[in-house]
Formats: sequence, structure tokens, C-alpha cells
Amino acid sequence: MQRRQSSKTPKQPLQGHHENQTDLSAWRKGGRIDPGKSVQNIQSPNDQKNDSKQDSLEQALSYFAKVQDRVSLKNNSVLQKHLTTVESIALQRGLPPEGFDVLLNVALSGKLADTVNTRLLKSLVPASVIPETSVISSVSWLCVSKCSGNIQLLFLRWLITVFDFIDRKEQLHALYGFFFSFLQDEKMCPYVCHLLYLLTRKESVKPFRIRRLLDLQAKMGMQSHLQALLSLYKLFCPELVTITLPGKMKTYFKSSEGPWKAAINTVRRRNQENSLVSQPLFLGTAQPQSRKRKWNTQLIIPASSTNKNNLEENREKNHVDLYSTSESFPVEQLQTFPQLLQNIHCLEFPSQMGSVLTNPLLLHYMNCIKDESVYLRLYYWMGQTLQEECTWCVADNNQYEEEFKDFLETVYKTECFLQEGFSSCEEFLYKSLPLWDGFCCRSQILKLVSWIPLSSSSEMKSHLYDPLAQLFFTSSLYFKCSVLETLKELLQNWLNWHMIHLDSEFESEVYSLNTTLSGLVNVVAELIHFVGWISTVALRLENNATFLLYFILDFYETVCDMYLRYNLPLLIMPPAGVFYPALLSMDSVSLNQLCYIMYRYRTNLVAAKENELSKKKTLQFKFSSQIYQEYNQYIIAMVGCLWTSRAFQKDIHPQGLRMDDELLKKTAVQEFRTSFNIVYHPAMMGYAVLFLQQAWPDDTTFDLSLIKGKRWNWYLEYLYAQGLKGLKVFIESSINRVSQASHSKAGNVQV
Amino acid sequence: MESVEGAARTLPSIGRLSRGPPFGRAQGRFGLSPSGRLLPPAPRSQENVDPQQTAFLLRKQWTLYSVTPLYRFSGARLRDYGRLLGAFIAAEKQKGLAVEVGVELDIKVAVSSLPDLRGSDQDQAAVLVQLSSRSSASRKNSEEKLLWSGWFCCVSGDDLSERVPEDFTCLPLFLANGAESYTSIVGSWFQKTFDCCFRRLAISPLNLSWMAAMWTGCKVDKTASALELVFSVPSLPQPLDILYAIHPEDAKDLWDTVQKTPGEITQEEVDVFMDCLYSHFHRHFKIRLSATKLVKVSTAIASAHCDGFIKFLQSQYLTGVLMLLTELAISQIQ
Repeated sequence: MQRRQSSKTPKQPLQGHHENQTDLSAWRKGGRIDPGKSVQNIQSPNDQKNDSKQDSLEQALSYFAKVQDRVSLKNNSVLQKHLTTVESIALQRGLPPEGFDVLLNVALSGKLADTVNTRLLKSLVPASVIPETSVISSVSWLCVSKCSGNIQLLFLRWLITVFDFIDRKEQLHALYGFFFSFLQDEKMCPYVCHLLYLLTRKESVKPFRIRRLLDLQAKMGMQSHLQALLSLYKLFCPELVTITLPGKMKTYFKSSEGPWKAAINTVRRRNQENSLVSQPLFLGTAQPQSRKRKWNTQLIIPASSTNKNNLEENREKNHVDLYSTSESFPVEQLQTFPQLLQNIHCLEFPSQMGSVLTNPLLLHYMNCIKDESVYLRLYYWMGQTLQEECTWCVADNNQYEEEFKDFLETVYKTECFLQEGFSSCEEFLYKSLPLWDGFCCRSQILKLVSWIPLSSSSEMKSHLYDPLAQLFFTSSLYFKCSVLETLKELLQNWLNWHMIHLDSEFESEVYSLNTTLSGLVNVVAELIHFVGWISTVALRLENNATFLLYFILDFYETVCDMYLRYNLPLLIMPPAGVFYPALLSMDSVSLNQLCYIMYRYRTNLVAAKENELSKKKTLQFKFSSQIYQEYNQYIIAMVGCLWTSRAFQKDIHPQGLRMDDELLKKTAVQEFRTSFNIVYHPAMMGYAVLFLQQAWPDDTTFDLSLIKGKRWNWYLEYLYAQGLKGLKVFIESSINRVSQASHSKAGNVQV
Repeated sequence: MESVEGAARTLPSIGRLSRGPPFGRAQGRFGLSPSGRLLPPAPRSQENVDPQQTAFLLRKQWTLYSVTPLYRFSGARLRDYGRLLGAFIAAEKQKGLAVEVGVELDIKVAVSSLPDLRGSDQDQAAVLVQLSSRSSASRKNSEEKLLWSGWFCCVSGDDLSERVPEDFTCLPLFLANGAESYTSIVGSWFQKTFDCCFRRLAISPLNLSWMAAMWTGCKVDKTASALELVFSVPSLPQPLDILYAIHPEDAKDLWDTVQKTPGEITQEEVDVFMDCLYSHFHRHFKIRLSATKLVKVSTAIASAHCDGFIKFLQSQYLTGVLMLLTELAISQIQ
């Protein structure tokens, strides 16, 4: 089976040794072999100290290369000296690649006493890499059994620990059969299993090996190391063997790290090398089973495991070419993004698509694969799971609310990751919203609502808006706010979707045939009208709560910018039931927000008008004159309220502020004709008083009418400095200040 | 509950499962039951069913499941599936011990096809899974005891099968008889291997009344057994069931007066039929059955329980009943 032992002399006699010298000094500098540079080293005192160490290691290695049989440690000070040298250097800095051949040869040849061999093996700490050749030759030593059982075990443990430091592994793979034969040895078996686990590739799995392992299993009973190896075999060849691992298994192999792990870490830290970290073993099947009452409920998101449903092809392949390398990359092994990139051509989706939810790498993959069946598999799985687990649709499910919440959260995160909603989720929401109490899993459900894909308006109304409105009107202020927040996100998701697909409209079929722009515009318009309606009602129900108004205006911050920011030919003004409460709000935050929104409406409308005028070709979409009219009505009211004090006279909106002078007189407000503007507005009066206080601290009359002329401008600057940026942009854009002196004459701009 | 399981008849067009927005999708998916059904074309479809071949399906209680389309299932590889499933069962039963695929095991698995059980050529042939034990003593005699059986089928499931891509196989109805532990193992294997989902298929009272009406109208040769309806009275400290048995000929006569178009049944006719039975009952016992829940229907054709159990009694109406159950299963998976 292997060459006879006597032929095993150190591979490189004296000349080789000489080579080592140069290499060693190179290793000393930076841990890497760079023979070219090693000659010209300028040595510092520290280096000189290192050099002496260097020399002693070289001496030690050459000693071990030539050492004769059976030197006793006790009586041999030379051996003691060299052994100590190797040990101390190894633990401090690790051994250079060239050292392993020599030391492994001597340790496994049985020339020296076991205590020496043990100490040598324990000091085999790599500084950088371990040459594959040295491992190969030590395996041949193993095969001729020159060394004791303990040394063999120690060697295997060492090999497992430093596996990732071996520079190449092709030849090592060729020795798979030799390692496999060591399984017979009862003591070695666990370690050999571990080693085989590291070495196994698809082509290593053979029926005769499986049979051997099963025989071992029959002889030794259930052993975790055998289970691990067999389940790896099952992973590669499910058509040959199968195993079900008990749920609570955690470790499959005894720790082999022994004395090396700590030393390796120390050396690595010292060398500041980002060498490979041995990765923890990974068995996809070892997921802990959650307590579950029915076998077919899968709230447990399945673990990613290779799709084993290609047995036929694989079997055929085996017949043709026994040594073919595996062509698909098992998803269980996919753990890093670089792996994904390297294997993206030969990656297959897991056998159960549901498992992608918890696997961001597979989600990346899913994002770049245009495969209908991928989505369909996910659609069925998710749809069934959502319905089966829904805590308010299925009786007796309420005790599992936490689990369900987690699941919904995972689904939501996936939607965010993919930036698209799942249709199974949408259908689930449509089916379950009418039965929802608005309380159970609230934040999760609302989050999912924000990812509902655009669909035809009739469906949205009966399946989403109607049930949502019912809950909205009958629930707390906070629920109302969260619904508004959700609908804002829904709108933004739709608009983003539109933006993305506007770019790719021609290159892909994504913009499906009946997804016309007008269809999209209608659906978006319907959502905005819906929000306008519920906002109007909610403001009345909640007495114009500022908190609520904030969320409503937040929604309109998106609406007012749709034309410019999202390239959608649609603008809708807020209803009077939203506009007037905001305009007359007692709170400067709302007023400021409204000012900003009206400024953005103006910018969008002006841009639209310019586009219309400049483009010769007839545009498919034109804003109706109605929107300009609405805007102008509002702007008249706003300018009246904030600037000219003429809101009561000028407002022409049917639901506006227009009041007869007779009525105004009855209010007993003096000078009502000049008493409603940026100074007297209830949201602003506080600023006006503070402004007076700061400008004229001695004046205690607080005569607000003093704010005019130059002071009016100072007051404006003061307001802007207080952070009322919305007010600033509004006034600067919408108010045409004819003359600085006669500010009361300032007019509005009509677009 | 009604609206939750309210029949959704059409699959979303596949196109919209990809990234596009769902414009122009089929309407009314979350709405109502169909207002009318065609009667199972009993005489025609029975021609190709050999009663001998399906006799073993009769007079057993089957638990109903809906199954989403199987991904990469091939009807040509049933034997392979049997071997793999056999090894999987053995591995599950002795968790932790690996099992070689294809060796003789205590439990024999046979996966076979029941080509007769389908409504149209588009339907996939039904697939039967049988687990039987080999008693170790009499292995030579090949004496096998049937432990568990289950079958997948699709009778006139064009609604679904026409809409899924080639990689998928539509066998939306699964029926199991035997210990649930085996159902669980077999179901898990199918779920893992073909990425499908099993769900218990309950039958709503509305659909039970459909069954009562449809089956009453069917002709049976021998002296038929009574139409039996079981109602459960809700909100009582003790469960109270009411059994309402009607002589089959009386029921048939009543139905014949209700049904207008032969070969077709409408929701309205079913309602009228049930209302007549209810008012008759009320006249005698002063109990309004419409306020209770219909939980079980038994006729000479079959008997069905709302928890999702069915017993077939007449082989000539087997496919007819399966057609209705297939429809219910499809409505549950989409």
C-alpha cells in the first residue's frame, strides 16, 4: 500500500537545508517567503536577537533532520536544547513552512521516544502555511505504523486543527481512501471521521463507503461522529443514504484543538496575519425543533438544504463518469458573499424555498435570478403558512402569537430586502384584514400593508380601504397615526416602484401589458383620496390633534412632490378638511409644515406648466385646470391669513374662511381688517411676543401692531432664525413683495 | 370563518408573481362561493373506472388535506420515490441511525399510480402511497400487513393545473388513512422533497349542505341508506348533537321538486332544499336547525364530516365526489 519505510529519508539533504536558510530569514521578516529580499536586510539590534533565535532554529531543524534512532532525552543535552528551541520558537512565532517536513518526519518515524514526539507534535504551530507535501509524507508514515497509537491520534488531532493552514489539498484528497481505512481503528475512528468530514466532496461518496460506515454504525451504535459523516454523505448523495438527526444534537466531534488552537491564535495575532480561520462545522439539519402541535405547520422556516430532487440525473452521471466533480454547490456550504460570487453559476435553490427568508445570501441570489418557479414555490409556501398560522383567523392559534409575530417580521424584512411585496402576503392581508381586531400583531400587519403591490382599484377598495377605514375610525389616536404612517410608506413604495420600472420599461416585460401609466395614476390617486377622506374625518373625531395633523401632513409631503421627485404626472391637493385645520392650527409646527407643502406644490405645478408649454408634442398627461384652481384658492386663503389679513374677505373656497364684515364686527376685535396675519396668527403670536421682548426689552405694552415696516422684515428674519424654514420658502416663493414699504399690499402669485 | 375559506376560484396569473404589479388579475378571488355547480357527470366518467381497482378506497375513513403543487415531481419515478421514502421512514423511526437507501426494511413502501382516478386528460394520474409491515418471521411468505395508505389526486382540477408552469405537478387533494404519525412522516418527506405544503382540509357547513343536496339527487341501485344530517348546537355547556335522518326516497322527491335544470345545481336550489328540511324539522320539534352548525352529512354516496373526513361508499360516484373535494382543495391553496 505504501512504499517501504526504509526508503524514507529526509527529502532534501544538505542542499535543501541550505535553501531553508534563506527561506527562514525571509520568514523572520514578515512571515512570508520572499527569498529575493532576505539578502539585503538591514539589521536592527532586535533583529540580531531574532537572528540568534533564527540560527538556533535552523540548527535544531538540521539536528532533527539527521537524528539517529533512539536517542534518549534524559542523557542527551543536545536533543534537550534543540527540542526546547523548537518549542519556544513555535509557541512564540510559529514555525515556517519548511519546518514541518523535518519535524513531522522525525515525530512520526518512531526514531525518538514518545515524550519527544509528543512535544514535537505539540509545537507544530504554523506561522503561515503548512506545505501539503509534508502532510502527505506524514500520512505515509502513518500507514506504516512506526509510531505509537497515541502519536497517531495526536497527529490526527493536529491535522484537523491545522486543516485550513494546509496550502493545497488536492493530493490530500487523493488519500481519502487511506484515511477511510483508518476508520477500522476504534480509537482513531472519531478523529478520522472528523478529518473525512473536512475532506469529503461529492465524488468521495461511494456506495461501498456508505456500506462500510453503516457496518461501523451497526457495530458501534449511534455515534455522533459517524452521524456527522453520514449526514454529510446524505447531503451529497441523498439517493444512497438517509439519516434523521435528533433535534438536540449540538456537537458532532470532540474538540481536537488540543494544545494548538491557543498557540495558533497567539501567533496569528503576533504576525498580524489574516490567515484563514477554521470555520465552525455547519450542519444544516441540526436546527433545533421548535415545539409544534401539528406536523404540517411550518412556522419553523425550513433550514436551507440542497435540493435533492435531481436524483435521476445524478445517477446517470455516476454511471457515465464516476469521478465527475460535483457541479452544483450545496446551499448548506454557502456562508459568505465571496462564496456566492464564486459559485453563482452552479448554485441551486434549496429544496424548500421558504428557507431563503432567513438567508440573505440566497435572497441576493433570488434577486438576480429571473425564475418564475422560484416565486411560485415561495408563494405557495408563504400563503399556506400565513393562513394556517394566522392567530385571529384560526381558532386556538392565539397562544402562538409571538411566533406568528416573528414570522411576519421576517417576511417584512425580506420584503424590504427585496424591495417588493409578496403576492401571497397581499392575499393574506386581503383575506384577514376584515377579521382583524387592529390589535393583534399590529405593527407587523401594518408593516406588511406598506408592501402591498399596486393592484387594480376595485380590489384595493373592498379588500384594503374598507376594512382599514372601519378599524381606523373606531380605534385610538395612535392607531390612526400608525395607519397614516403605513399608507405613506405604501405610497412611497409604489412611487419607488414606478421610478425603477420607468427606467427599465423598455428592456423588460415587468411593466406588464395592462400596467399602463394611467392605471398607475388612477390607483395612486385613489390611495391619496382615501387618505384625504380618512384624514378629514379623523381630524374631526380627534379635535384636530396636533399629533395626528403631523402624520397627515407628513403624508402630503410625499404627495406634493410626486411630479418632480417620482416623475408621476399626478398632483392632488389636500382636502379642505385637512388644509384649513392645518392653516388655522394653534401649533407653529403644523403651520410651518403646511407652508413647506404648499411651496412644493407650487414648485411642482410651475415645473409642470413649463413642461407643458415648452414641449411641442402633446403630452399624454396634463394637469387639469382644476388642480391649479384649487391651488390658487388655497394660496389666496394662506396669503390672506399670513400676510394681508384679508382672509375673511378674499377666501373664495366654498369651505373657506370668508365672513361678512357684519359678522366680524360682532367679534369685537378692533381693526379686524389688519388683525390676522403672520403676527396675530394663533400659531405665531407667541413668536411675535418673544420678538418684541427681545427687541425692546423695556417696552412692556406688547403692542403687536408695532411690528410693521422695517420691523416686519426683522420679525421675518427672526422667524426664519427660529427654524421656520417652511414658512421661509413659502413666503419667498409665493408672496410677491411689491414694495418693502407697503407690505400689506403684497399679492399672491397665481400659477 | 365563512369569508376566510370563501371559495377563491382562480389563481393569480403567474406573471404577477414576479415583480410586476398585479394589474388585471382575475377578479373576485376573495369573494363568494360559486353560485352554481355542474353536477358530477357520473355516468360518463364511470366508464373508465374499474370498480375492482378502486374498491379498496371505499368504506374507509380518509382524512383530507390540500397540497400545493409539487415541484419537480415526476410520475415516471415513483419506484425511486418509494425507495427514498422507505429509507426516510426508517431513519425517522430510529433518529440518529443512518439508513441505506434500497435495502430491505421493516416497513415496505409502495408508491404507485392510479391512472383511472382523474376527471380529464389534463389531470395528473392519482398517486398512491402504501406502507406495509413485513413481519420478520414470515418474510419468506411475503405476508404484508397494510399499515397506512394515502393518495394524491386531482379530478377536473384544470383551474389550477392550467395555470402552473411545467415544473409543477398539480395533485391538490391528499387523502390519508392510518396512524397520523405515518401521515406526518410521509407528508414531511413530500414537503421537503417537492417543496409543497399540506394543510388539513375542513369542509364548511355551506359545502356540506351542497354535498347533501348533490348526493341526494344521485341514483343508487340498491336500497339506499337514509340521508343523515348531524347538527351541533353551539354555546352549550355540554355538547349537543342532533341527528336528522330522512328516508332517501323522501329526500329525493323533495330534491326533485326543488331542482329546475337537470345536471346543474345552483346555490339557491341548495338553500331551498335545506330550508325545506329545516322547516319540516321545526314543525315537529320546534328547533331551528338554521341556528345550529351542520357538522356531518351521510348518504348512500358518501359521508363527509366538517373536520375534513370523508368516506366513499359508491365506487361509481367516486370521481364525482373527488371532483368536488378537488375544487375545495384548490380553493384552499390559492
